[in-house]
Amino acid sequence: MYVAVKGGEKAIDNAHALLAEDRRGDETIPELTLTQIDQQLGLAVDRVMTEGSVYDRELAALALKQAQGDAVEAIFLLRAYRTTLPRFGASQPVDTGAMAIRRRISAAFKDLPGGQVLGPTYDYTHRLLDFALAAEGAPRASVESAEAGLEPAPRVTDVLHHQGLIEPSGNGADLPGDLTRQPLNFPAGRDLRLQNLARGDEGFLLALAYSSQRGYGNTHPFAGEIRMGEVAVELVPEELGFAIDIGTITVTECQMINQFKGSKDIPPQFTRGYGLTFGQGERKAMAMALVDRSLRAEDLGEQATNPAQDQEFVLYHSDNVEASGFVQHLKLPHYVDFQSELEMIRRLRRENAEAAQ
Amino acid sequence: MSTGYNFAYLDEQTKRMLRRAILKAVAIPGYQVPFGSREMPLPYGWGTGGIQVTAAVIGADDRLKVIDQGADDTTNAVSIRRFFARTAGVATTEKTREATVIQTRHRIPETPLSEGQIMVYQVPIPEPLRWLEPRETETRKMHALADYGAMHVKLYEDIARFGHIATTYDYPVLVGGRYLMRPSPIPKFDNPKMDNSPALQLFGAGREKRIYAVPPYTSVKSLDFEDHPFEVQRWDQACALCGSTESFLDEVVTDDQGGRMYVCSDSDYCGERRQEQGQ
Repeated sequence: MYVAVKGGEKAIDNAHALLAEDRRGDETIPELTLTQIDQQLGLAVDRVMTEGSVYDRELAALALKQAQGDAVEAIFLLRAYRTTLPRFGASQPVDTGAMAIRRRISAAFKDLPGGQVLGPTYDYTHRLLDFALAAEGAPRASVESAEAGLEPAPRVTDVLHHQGLIEPSGNGADLPGDLTRQPLNFPAGRDLRLQNLARGDEGFLLALAYSSQRGYGNTHPFAGEIRMGEVAVELVPEELGFAIDIGTITVTECQMINQFKGSKDIPPQFTRGYGLTFGQGERKAMAMALVDRSLRAEDLGEQATNPAQDQEFVLYHSDNVEASGFVQHLKLPHYVDFQSELEMIRRLRRENAEAAQ
Repeated sequence: MSTGYNFAYLDEQTKRMLRRAILKAVAIPGYQVPFGSREMPLPYGWGTGGIQVTAAVIGADDRLKVIDQGADDTTNAVSIRRFFARTAGVATTEKTREATVIQTRHRIPETPLSEGQIMVYQVPIPEPLRWLEPRETETRKMHALADYGAMHVKLYEDIARFGHIATTYDYPVLVGGRYLMRPSPIPKFDNPKMDNSPALQLFGAGREKRIYAVPPYTSVKSLDFEDHPFEVQRWDQACALCGSTESFLDEVVTDDQGGRMYVCSDSDYCGERRQEQGQ
């Protein structure tokens, strides 16, 4: 007699064991250490920290190791860990103007206080596979870096702001919302939108930003400034009443400058689009800044008819943990619903055939 | 039981937030209450809403049953049952009668529920109007105004095109004569079981961050028309294992020559009947 096989405990255990075996691979090859991942796959670690919303290189490296290098799975692991962490406070807004700069470029000005600092970038590499890298143990080229970051480097948007040419930014006085604690409501404030975008999938934001450049919502952007380096994180403990430095993090910030014709009440001025990631995440920060500006269409009295300008469309679909889960839930059994559909389609076909006679 | 985590995984503040949302949902039957859904260690779309609701209502002396497609031994049901056995150390059961909390995906057990039992439904898309109107801002307005004409038009269009309402699962219901509600993707076969049920029915949508409820003894009416009354699926066959003609049957393909058999989707119900027949 046929007995319906529906899976079960043993199958799950065996699947986990197989996965562990696959993950380790050939045991004669040395196992990856978290430090190796942190040091040599640093950009992957940065992405997992950014979209996983936890600044912890070691945990992100562990997540990557556990996920066999699958970024979205690693982000999921880090997020699930993050929910269990207690919240004991919110930091002061980080002052990116005081960043210890490792890279800083502006596409809007040829030169500016603090200078242009190219820093570590793939931008001008020729994308030729470097077979020398395949040979392990090659000596490392040493670089003498210029003394970047010694001269103060005010943010380009601050320079423009002093001349009244760009809209003011928020003053950061209000405690921002947190969409990991409260459900999103629409219209969503810019604080929540930026939080959503910062956690959002890099690929999704990249495609949306690209669409906004190709006519689906024209934002006329200039890369006012991109800077990457270390910033101090400050916290005001209640019992002290003043800010103390609790550590340093690496961030990438992008400020896009966009045209705005002005209105009856506001003179013509530039508007802002903002992007920020943990670590080095320039592609993501730029995409985020474009999408942030696109999402401000309605606030600025522009017509919002394109996907990148549509709050519900962007904010509901940007999270790769949500998207990956729901797309992949189609793997779960659906035989009850499918049976219902089968029954209906057979009935309709039968009636069709009867009517044709 | 694993240590290092709070009882039933979530911390007490989160459970409190969930319970407040659940109480509000019970007070306004069928209304979708937004809540601060947490990121769970299981993927979205795999029951995170149901798991959070279960975690909020379960106590140390509860007995939990988890089903997927009506069966206790489907992989995801096994995984969720293990999650609670591991994080809450609660007793689990496969018997509908013995369970105090039943978390389900896609079915309501065939065995009638009783007072004091809690059904927890896993919900993928909570909004019944979503496929008619993709915007949350619009659908919330439609609920506020009880503006459900669009749904009736959709059902009417089915009749005009096919001669029947072609919705076979996740069939829309009106709760307490007021709110249009998605019963989650249960087959419409199960809809009548929701009406006036003595059990408390809770619905959790984790990814969409909504909780809603049907309190005990509340009317749940499947939408229909006077000349096209609501009806449920029937099979010409009986269950090949227990012979039931009353239950929802899964079709099992046995070869590639068109051979198939039909068996109860509710494994506990089927097993119980076979046991009785054996005696």
